[in-house]
Amino acid sequence: MGEDEIMATSIKEKNKKNSTLKESIKDSQHLAKQEANETSPLDDSSDWTFELLDLYQQEIARVAKHYRLDTYTNQIEVITAEQMMDAYASVGMPIGYSHWTFGKKFIQTEQNYKRGQMGLAYEIVINSSPCISYLMEENTMTMQALVMAHACYGHNSFFKGNYLFKSWTDASSIIDYLLFAKNYIADCELKHGISEVEATLDACHALMSHGVDRYKRPQKISLDEELKRQKEREEYLQSQVNSLWRTVPKAEKSNTKQHYKFPAEPQENILYFVEKNAPLLKPWQREIVRIVRKISQYFYPQKQTQVMNEGWACFWHYTILNHLYDEGLVTDKFMIEFLHSHTNVVAQPEYNSPYYSGINPYALGFNMFMDIRRICEEPTDEDKQYFPEIAGSDWLDTVHFAMENFKDESFISQYLSPKLIRDFKLFHIHDDSSNNFVEIGAIHNEQGYKKVRENLANQYNLSNLEVNIQIIDANIEGDRALTLRYTPHNNVALGDSKDEVLKHLHYLWQFDVKIIQEDKEGIDQVIASCPVQEKKEKE
Amino acid sequence: MANFIDRRLNSKNKSTVNRQRFLRRYKNQIKKSVSEAINKRGVTDIESGEDIVIPRKDLSEPVFHQGGGGIKDRVHPGNDQFAPGDRIPRPPQQQGQGSGQGEASNSGEGEDDFTFSISKDEYLNLLFEDLELPNLEKNQLDKLIEFKTVRSGYCAEGVPANIDIVKSLQGSIARRIAMTSTKRKEIKELEQQLLALQNDKHDHIQKERELIEAITLLKEKIAKVPFIDTFDLRFRNYAKQAVPTSKAVMFCLMDVSGSMDQATKEMAKRFYILLYLFLSRTYKNIDVVYIRHHTQAKEVNEHEFFYSQETGGTIASSALELMNQIINERYSESQWNIYGAQASDGDNWADDSPRCKTLLEQNILPRTRYFSYIEITQRAHQTLWQHYQQVADANPNFAMQHIKSVADIYPVFRELFKKNTQNAA
Repeated sequence: MGEDEIMATSIKEKNKKNSTLKESIKDSQHLAKQEANETSPLDDSSDWTFELLDLYQQEIARVAKHYRLDTYTNQIEVITAEQMMDAYASVGMPIGYSHWTFGKKFIQTEQNYKRGQMGLAYEIVINSSPCISYLMEENTMTMQALVMAHACYGHNSFFKGNYLFKSWTDASSIIDYLLFAKNYIADCELKHGISEVEATLDACHALMSHGVDRYKRPQKISLDEELKRQKEREEYLQSQVNSLWRTVPKAEKSNTKQHYKFPAEPQENILYFVEKNAPLLKPWQREIVRIVRKISQYFYPQKQTQVMNEGWACFWHYTILNHLYDEGLVTDKFMIEFLHSHTNVVAQPEYNSPYYSGINPYALGFNMFMDIRRICEEPTDEDKQYFPEIAGSDWLDTVHFAMENFKDESFISQYLSPKLIRDFKLFHIHDDSSNNFVEIGAIHNEQGYKKVRENLANQYNLSNLEVNIQIIDANIEGDRALTLRYTPHNNVALGDSKDEVLKHLHYLWQFDVKIIQEDKEGIDQVIASCPVQEKKEKE
Repeated sequence: MANFIDRRLNSKNKSTVNRQRFLRRYKNQIKKSVSEAINKRGVTDIESGEDIVIPRKDLSEPVFHQGGGGIKDRVHPGNDQFAPGDRIPRPPQQQGQGSGQGEASNSGEGEDDFTFSISKDEYLNLLFEDLELPNLEKNQLDKLIEFKTVRSGYCAEGVPANIDIVKSLQGSIARRIAMTSTKRKEIKELEQQLLALQNDKHDHIQKERELIEAITLLKEKIAKVPFIDTFDLRFRNYAKQAVPTSKAVMFCLMDVSGSMDQATKEMAKRFYILLYLFLSRTYKNIDVVYIRHHTQAKEVNEHEFFYSQETGGTIASSALELMNQIINERYSESQWNIYGAQASDGDNWADDSPRCKTLLEQNILPRTRYFSYIEITQRAHQTLWQHYQQVADANPNFAMQHIKSVADIYPVFRELFKKNTQNAA
């Protein structure tokens, strides 16, 4: 499955690095430490103990600091497989509100796990301050060390350093907010019944990915503020909605050509629009819409930085553990086991492999960061041509800069090197459904590098992946019907689920809802509506 | 810098609430699956949970996603044969990719159904959900009493076979010690006197002779004390203790004539399961006897009971007769708690109903703990019902109930328990 090859390359890279790394470490304090420890490698028995975990953790922390990894305080929790499945089921939220979908996910995970169809992740890490990482009880000491380097220093520093996380999430308040959400929803269930709350949550979940402010930076959420303001917001929101509908212009006046357009501009944050403007929504329902919206917003940066985040974490567990090896702190036995797991994680099956399921973000991300370091340390002429700014620069500065200021899409278009395209043998397929063939657009050659890079970057552009659907009109003068516009990307049609989703939106809006799409002649056509419209047939 | 927390001992089942929510939401589908499952499992098979299958499409959570068509540009790794401009014929029936990531792919591919297991309790809850099982512990049926012989100490009289040797000999020793102790004391004294005389420098021949005689006399007396006496004998004592028997037999009688359709049989099956469940809380061993009948009755196995098709008329008394016969042959009423449950759609040959009544009143009811009759029909009652009505009026251990749908099964049970609490009180 192409694993051997990658195994070979990583070991090769490691050997090469051993020589370069030692040169780059000139820190005298560090050298002293190295000498002190050279004779006594850490215990490499496979059973871990808390004492041993702490020893490894301290060494990893020291190396991480040496590489200027800035992290939130780590809270490392050891859990069992069952608890890991719980964590899976709650999609990474350490405190989740109660909803059937999490029950479903748990059952699914449990079934797959019991049948041996999947293994569980070695760790889960949560973007919070302190940064919570879950380690599986079953892991060996080596795995625990790998996981700590990966999650507690790799992911953790990414959460703290990347611009998306910095500006869109507030790690210190998320746990409090989730707790608030859980209690609020439990409270609603008591007051209004489980079914009502469940229906509202279902509707919100259907629109969850359309509850994100993509461009406007959201306000940070904090528990105190939430609690303080929640009550008044409830009243205020309701009054706003009421006044909105009250100030509808009188019929005689608005009979003129002037059409009171609302919203004035198309709204892409459907949940936000619903929360603020749905005419009949009850105050507690607005709050639930808000909760789902906030949680969606919290996860939004993670969606956009999968390759970078995993790549960064893999790069650092690899670098840190190799550093420890060079210092003589970990044994050969440790390294063999570590490299075995590592190569499994960063393996990239080829397109015709039965294991192929798209590009492995771990593989792409890890190799890109390794490649950036290579470009800095040993630039070729090609690199100098493609990356004049970074070729030959300080690698540590460069990777930190890359981590802090990019997301997947821009990261790939900025840093994917021709060498990596060749290593991965990337090729681009152009699939136009109006043809009865698919066409190879570009391959890993001189003419194709830029095109492959551009297309790969686009593949991670969320605005291409997610459906572009916006609220363009709420008919506040008349029947209060809500109109959404679907703008296709590359003529890709809206999926079949649209009718089902629209039912959920209708539940929240409670008046007619429809989606329109411009056809080839430029005329708007209704492609879905709820309740289903039969006017045309009658006419 | 880092805190370690051991969460392994934290409470498990964090997802239990969510699991309950899930079951609650899909109750209808799950119930359907449970009712299908009930057809597959036996009346007595109540110990296991059940696998539930839900069509995957019912579980999906819709989100907006991109559909097929349009232009798609994808980058893949591992090019081994392609050059720019190569055209590859589209594989037949190639579907669009859907959204590249996100919810849509969560449900996995290639599986049509979502299967998972529910526990025994969850299964039973769902099965009898509309029935609302009454508090079984409090309402115990009065049970057949059986006597068991148990040891209860020792007594002075009894048959030789029950003699307890150890106890008897202990008594013998005690008696002998008691009867000889003064004599032995005297002997000791006399012997001391004798010794004193013998050690004396002077001769006391006369006195010595007297002493020796006295000692011999005493020794003879001691020897005369019998080694064992009837007084010593101890016999093991036995007492009879009342214990409720833990054996029960449940007779399932069902009309399988042409007029009983499968749905009616399923309803009857539920009733039998409920009865079995109830009995299994009280008795350790339960035999189930299946008797089906049309114009003739036959003892059959469970599968045949529920699933074989028969046609023809109905003579209910044939089943009662067979039940009576089986009781005579195999289930003596002194050892078995006998329960009967008859299910029918009410059809019976008119002339046969009086005979059913007689059979019940004279032969069956006196020997059974309880006999219940359920009539599953939408139509008006016929002669069987009317005759049974008379039986019910006269006999407290007979209950009958009319069932129209599954939901009516519970009142039958209610009836059953009510009567018996009154009896017990």
